[in-house]
Amino acid sequence: MGLIFLTVCYLIASVTFILGLKMLSNPASARKGNLIAAAGMLIAIIGTIFLYEDNGNRLGNYEWIFGGLLIGSVIGTLAARKVKMTAMPEMVSLFNGMGGACAALISIVEFNHISKQLATNNSSEYVSSIQPTVLIIVLGLIIGSVSFAGSMIAWGKLNGKVKDFSFTGQNILNLLLLAIALGAGVCLVIHPENSFLLYGILALSLVYGVLFVMPIGGADMPVVISLLNSFTGVAAACGGFLYDNKVMLTGGILVGAAGTLLTILMCKAMNRSLINVLVGSFGGSKSASAPGAKDQGHYKEISLNDAATIMSYANKVMIVPGYGLAVAQAQHSCHELEKALNDKGVEVKYAIHPVAGRMPGHMNVLLAEADVSYEKLQEMEQANDEFKTTDVVLILGANDVVNPAAKNDSASPIYGMPILEVELAKNVIVNKRSMKPGYAGIENDLFFQPKTSMLFGDAKKVLQDLLGEMKNV
Amino acid sequence: MQNVLQWITNNQQIIYIVILMIFVGIEVIGRVPSVLHTPLMSGANAIHGVVIIGAIIVMGKAEGDNYLALILGFLAVILGTLNVVGGFVVTDRMLEMFKSKKKPNMN
Repeated sequence: MGLIFLTVCYLIASVTFILGLKMLSNPASARKGNLIAAAGMLIAIIGTIFLYEDNGNRLGNYEWIFGGLLIGSVIGTLAARKVKMTAMPEMVSLFNGMGGACAALISIVEFNHISKQLATNNSSEYVSSIQPTVLIIVLGLIIGSVSFAGSMIAWGKLNGKVKDFSFTGQNILNLLLLAIALGAGVCLVIHPENSFLLYGILALSLVYGVLFVMPIGGADMPVVISLLNSFTGVAAACGGFLYDNKVMLTGGILVGAAGTLLTILMCKAMNRSLINVLVGSFGGSKSASAPGAKDQGHYKEISLNDAATIMSYANKVMIVPGYGLAVAQAQHSCHELEKALNDKGVEVKYAIHPVAGRMPGHMNVLLAEADVSYEKLQEMEQANDEFKTTDVVLILGANDVVNPAAKNDSASPIYGMPILEVELAKNVIVNKRSMKPGYAGIENDLFFQPKTSMLFGDAKKVLQDLLGEMKNV
Repeated sequence: MQNVLQWITNNQQIIYIVILMIFVGIEVIGRVPSVLHTPLMSGANAIHGVVIIGAIIVMGKAEGDNYLALILGFLAVILGTLNVVGGFVVTDRMLEMFKSKKKPNMN
């Protein structure tokens, strides 16, 4: 009887996952979708704890299960509640890694189970009957550990603890590691009694995960996290195979497929291919672009007072937020500036590049936190139409997404990336901390154009000073 | 060959689910605006936390004297819960911002 209810629980949960994901892709229903999926998850978890039966045996060790659930919930909630909006992406990466580790641990325990039984019964029929299970265990272990190790490195990179690191032949070494791990996996499936191979596979997969993410630049981390996210989905699905558990299978494959598509969509937003991101063309092009740093003439600086004046007397101001705004946590000051300009009768809009900030959509989340209204955020195409009628563009810590080289210079590493065409506006004011190049490591011609003026400093401080000046205008 | 066909026959339900879910997963997020990429990734991240079910089963089946299974299973439950709870809470926090600023404008 219990098992029938459990089947219903799993069915409900599977439907909520699909519905939740569907609703998450529409701004109006997204929040509800997330809650629906969470409710489905709760039903599946509670159902499993109380109704699961294996050959008529209920689950035991309740104190351990509830203890683990309690510890995980408390830490998870606190971490997720406390984290700053700007640090959201690394939090997602961290949680993703936890899921990967969980899948890897399940594989280890299940294999341990099998090798114990093998010790008492190693007839060839038994061996061939467990081979498919061992295959699933090995796959879950490899995918889960790569996802865990990779996510940890991605997390470290996003919060600045891990630096880019690459050496010649790294790609070949990576492929070799993966090939050895897969080879060892095949050996283990054929000869499941060689249990030491499992730990070899675990070690190789962890090293592979680290080396795989190491050379990829911080700006590409969103793509990597999304890819690792779909990996973890597949690892969870392996668990579904293992226990013939339909909800794990549905949820895992769903995320695996959706995550892969999302990864590709993100790459498209940057006009790059997934291979390009993974092999790390930015890392490779850095040295090539260094000698090309030709003398581009002079840039001019603008005083706070002048900047405040032209903005106050403009008809329309477009703000282009970027990574610098996120780092300086200047979203609230930005919104105040917007309000001050509105009070003076200036129309203010925001031009959001799809990959501005640390993750696609990151700027939208940050500005939303500061109560900037949704209608004022313009996506790239709309924004490019509006620049022609814009008097002042204020760029806050964005660089590569406004670099005209992406359009004009076919030798540039970012050539072909869609950009915000800010040079169509009458005036461009660029706020940056220094003249240092942006993430792609290339110079930006925009800064040397006659209509561009530079306003150096931390985005938050500059915005506050601008506000002060504006009151005197 | 015989074995492969036999395996397909024995597992046809699972194979159907896998194939259909791949298409559902792709269809369901096919037209997502780039604004929602981050929350969607985070939401998907929470959903693959369904791996917690496996961790609970491992934990619940562990014999009292099998310390490896007990300890690793316990760790797996904690990590899986972190994935689920953290994932949903982070996603909710991201989406909360979208909503709070949308309401005053709608009215």
